Amino acid sequence: MTVPLTGPLLSVEDLVVEHRTPGRPVVRAVAGASLHVAAGEVVGLVGESGCGKSTLARAVCGLHGAASGRILVGGHPVTPLGLRRRDPALTGVQMVFQDPYSSLNPRRRVGAQIADGLRTAGDTATEPADLLERVGLPRAFAGRYPHEFSGGQRQRVAIARALAARPSLLIGDEPISALDASAQAQVARLMRDLAVESGAGLLFISHDLSVVRLIADRIAVMYLGKVVETGPTAEVWADPKHPYTRALLAAIPSPDGAGVLPAELPGDVPDPADPPAGCRFHPRCPFVMDVCREREPDFGPAACWLHAPESSSTP
Amino acid sequence: MTAESGTAALSIEGLRLSIGGHDVLHGVDLSLEAGRVHGLAGESGSGKTMTGLAVLGLLPHGSRVSGRIAFGGRDLLGMPARELNQVRGAKIAMVFQDPATSLHPMLTVERQLTEHMGHHLGVGRKEARERAAGLLAKVRIPGPEEALKRYPHQFSGGMRQRIAIAVALACEPEVLIADEPTTALDVTVQAGILRLLRGLCDDLGLAVLLVTHDLGVMSAVADEVSVMKDGLVVETGPRGQVLREPRHPYTRSLLDALPVPPGENSP
Repeated sequence: MTVPLTGPLLSVEDLVVEHRTPGRPVVRAVAGASLHVAAGEVVGLVGESGCGKSTLARAVCGLHGAASGRILVGGHPVTPLGLRRRDPALTGVQMVFQDPYSSLNPRRRVGAQIADGLRTAGDTATEPADLLERVGLPRAFAGRYPHEFSGGQRQRVAIARALAARPSLLIGDEPISALDASAQAQVARLMRDLAVESGAGLLFISHDLSVVRLIADRIAVMYLGKVVETGPTAEVWADPKHPYTRALLAAIPSPDGAGVLPAELPGDVPDPADPPAGCRFHPRCPFVMDVCREREPDFGPAACWLHAPESSSTP
Repeated sequence: MTAESGTAALSIEGLRLSIGGHDVLHGVDLSLEAGRVHGLAGESGSGKTMTGLAVLGLLPHGSRVSGRIAFGGRDLLGMPARELNQVRGAKIAMVFQDPATSLHPMLTVERQLTEHMGHHLGVGRKEARERAAGLLAKVRIPGPEEALKRYPHQFSGGMRQRIAIAVALACEPEVLIADEPTTALDVTVQAGILRLLRGLCDDLGLAVLLVTHDLGVMSAVADEVSVMKDGLVVETGPRGQVLREPRHPYTRSLLDALPVPPGENSP
């Protein structure tokens, strides 16, 4: 699916996604998040577990309905996935899931599963084996079943299947966290290379910041349902603005053999059903000010009162 | 510590293991010292976890094991189950990867912390309860008294892992085996658990075997590092040497596979 390039490929604006369970308070997993991905761009979305990053990805795919806000892919609004065949314009969004042990059908040959994607794109010229080759697997593997592969190989198959549908936007929802440490960087690089090569945008979700740093052009940091900081990866890494981003980066242990214990971020992520008033990070923030307890910062690229733009009235 | 080989609290010598005719370990040698963290690295399937389980005699059915695991002057491998039961859980304890599955979901934290205390230490319920509250304070759980009455699902992942560590420490072990204790946790939470483990090791003089695939974690807390591949320890040495100047090509390749080159990761 080719998408007319007017504005960003994916734009998520003030998205709110709610989980409703009978007898429980409504959980706002995504509470007004905004995000953009351009064609050929790799955006890394990072944050702790429970911050809503997977829910956001699922909403972009149409696997969750939005309570409010907009998701546009190539100018098309994303509608929730139903039983009927998907709007052809939206088959350009493809997802690689976290666990390749459960995302592939164990009873079908991988070649047949990749062929599903080719059929979606109306591609009769490409063979499944061609795609296996692109993800670095031998062509003959098309006749095998998922259980005959290792975790890293399965994830490559899942990537091949997603690419078969000629996506304009590829989403990876923690695609490397189930893999061995030595396969993680390889698979992440592969996803980046294949997406950029085909001109698609890639939204790469991970809690592993060191991998995101390796492959993302831009990085978006999410905390409790909101994107708190965005920026070019190198810039964010060199000079993180938001205290939460700083804490996240400081917590990564470095394999330098120096024996330095990583810095700890005290406290737990608050319950998304009952977020704190004002800035969502203020109970854990080392630089908390009075304004943080009262008003929520709603500006970017760093949603923090320490970095409020001139126009915004700070007391 | 009355181990015979120097100051080693526990030493594994020539440990071989085959499960169902399939060789898993081909002669592993490791030695743990009191007050030191020994890191065991390697990919999945290299036999790290099996080495840890062998120490506690928790190997799956159909395992054939040979070699020697010396602890307190005795060989754990030849020990009758009755005697082994007095050692494991008491002198040697274990922390598993996923606290969501290693804690019993339907028992209160108090019950999980005190059950084995009564068995191993022979303390009464009241004393066990006091000790349990003390342990929760030691692993820095806020409000230990109230926490005792709660169930595992009422805690976050990091808090659950702290509770699992408290359970392991309940009978004052000399050796703690931690199998990927932070793999299921976020980096920010992981940092807290690593600090806790390091502190406990220093304060209580524990000998810790830290099994992890994360070389960053290894670098942060381990004193000695061993690297395993295909059931063999290919390299052992002080942390700085193994991670900075690896002698074995496999260690080198593990370091090269890291997303961020060592020494460059300075936020």
